[in-house]
Amino acid sequence: MTDNVIEVRGLVTRFGSNVIHDGLDLDLRRGEILGVVGGSGTGKSVLLRTIVGLIRPAEGHIRVLGVDVGDAGEAERRALEQRWGVMFQDGALFSALTVRENVQVPMRALRLDQAVMDGLADLKIAMSGLPWDAGDKYPAELSGGMRKRAGIARALALDPEIVFLDEPTAGLDPIGADAFDRLIVELRDALGLSVFLVTHDLDTLNACCDRVAVLAEKHVLATGTIEELTRLDHPWVHDYFNGPRAHAAMAADRRQG
Amino acid sequence: MDRTLPGAQPPASDESVAIAGDLTIRQLGALPDRARQARRLDLSRLGRLDTAGAWFLAGREGDGVRLEAVSPEHRGLIDLVAARVPEPKAPPPEPPGIIRLLSALGLWTVKILRQSRELLGYLGRFLVALGRSLRHPSSFPLTALVHHAQETGMKAVPIAALMAFLIAVVIAFQGATLLTQFGAEIYVVDLIAISILRELGVLLTAIIVAGRTASALTASIGSMKMREEIDAMRTLGIDPERALFVPRILALVITLPILTLIADLSGIIGGAAMAWITLGISPPLFLSRMIEETGIWHAFVGLVKAPVFAVIIGVIGCHAGMSVGKDAESLGRMTSEAVVQAIFMVILTDALFSIFFAQVGI
Repeated sequence: MTDNVIEVRGLVTRFGSNVIHDGLDLDLRRGEILGVVGGSGTGKSVLLRTIVGLIRPAEGHIRVLGVDVGDAGEAERRALEQRWGVMFQDGALFSALTVRENVQVPMRALRLDQAVMDGLADLKIAMSGLPWDAGDKYPAELSGGMRKRAGIARALALDPEIVFLDEPTAGLDPIGADAFDRLIVELRDALGLSVFLVTHDLDTLNACCDRVAVLAEKHVLATGTIEELTRLDHPWVHDYFNGPRAHAAMAADRRQG
Repeated sequence: MDRTLPGAQPPASDESVAIAGDLTIRQLGALPDRARQARRLDLSRLGRLDTAGAWFLAGREGDGVRLEAVSPEHRGLIDLVAARVPEPKAPPPEPPGIIRLLSALGLWTVKILRQSRELLGYLGRFLVALGRSLRHPSSFPLTALVHHAQETGMKAVPIAALMAFLIAVVIAFQGATLLTQFGAEIYVVDLIAISILRELGVLLTAIIVAGRTASALTASIGSMKMREEIDAMRTLGIDPERALFVPRILALVITLPILTLIADLSGIIGGAAMAWITLGISPPLFLSRMIEETGIWHAFVGLVKAPVFAVIIGVIGCHAGMSVGKDAESLGRMTSEAVVQAIFMVILTDALFSIFFAQVGI
């Protein structure tokens, strides 16, 4: 058995006559952080949503942890959903619940004691880097960065094997984004997560990702380390990884060692 | 999926309990009591450990339980979790019941008073913006006014007319049954004309418009507030009161009396039809009786209330829209609050009008 936790083969996604992906292949290996980049409107978030089953693909197969997402039955799907966690762009917290209750939502299916759930939720909230009193707050009372952290706390509630992160550092200040990058790596190292990371942030790509997949022209144009991608001869990829921002980000990364 | 429960097997020593198999969040709920109470835990046969299991073990260790034969990876995770476990916090002291009750009452009173003051403030802002618009007619938002007049006025005509028609039918029918007993069938004309023209035409129309338009006002202004469009307008030198409130409230002030007139007409037609069918009062007879016996001031009393109701509905809708916060939940809450408030205020004002007209003697 290959050690790919996600395998996407020949994926075609369409909205009406608008083709988003055409014959897209992608692998996520166990324990790696894969960055997915691409210009605006190339369907990065659509790919994420398709893999987790929110959008039905027109053609192609998606296997997550050995289960075909398209063909999975009700029970199989529910079991699968407990093995992945998704953080949406703005956290997507339930606004009627406190942060602690939000983190406990995935746990409810497991029939744990309230005290155990409270303790675990507080642990996840602390692990995501939120202050200890954030658990009692409602999402509306939190800043954007705190909502993202609460979102990741909820995504990690069941210790999933795969975590999907949609633009985790978008809209964060550099210090917050940097802390978030380190959090992702730290959690991966501690929990052995596989991370599917959709991002625009070159600093995040440099700081976290083991491999980067470039989405362009309706499929994955190239996959590899940033080093490999900078040498690739494609105009968009070249501009993306050799632009002034990319150089600044990589220089910063080198300085930190 | 791995569903093996960690069997707590009897250890060699009488104190130590061995955990065999996985210890994850899935097993935590079904952990036997012996594993919870043991003073020594043997982890040599522990399988997969996740943060939930590590949290449990770290908690036990914190209580003085000895963890034996821990593998380095498990140790690492337990230590990581132990370092992250937040400090338990003291719950805030609970005030006694009577104090809580009093403070809730006080908070509620302050909220009502503050809201009344804010509503008056918005009325003032609307009037000032209206005055400013009238002084500078070139910048008057005429297109917006026409658009909102169509939205709140034209599109409400069918529902307002139908409602008045049906209510008049009901009144005529009920009145006919009662008045026939006294042989005073002809008074059904007075009953319908007075009740519709004076009260029901305007009140029902205002309530329908409050439901339709107050919610629409709150939703449209509230979503603009949520997306910071209002702030953007202010920074661009556009006065949101003038650009948003004036056309919307003015459109209501113009269209509500027209809607009321339409509802009056429709109600009279409904009542006349019912009188003809049940009592045989022909439409010409109905009309002449109505013109002879019912003074024009009944219609005037009804119509004069319409602009006042319009301002109330508009101001409440705009105020609720501006009170929307950043979250979508507050938008929903303020929308329903606006409708309830607008209907309540319309009925309250109608009652005040009734007292006033009774005192004046119209």
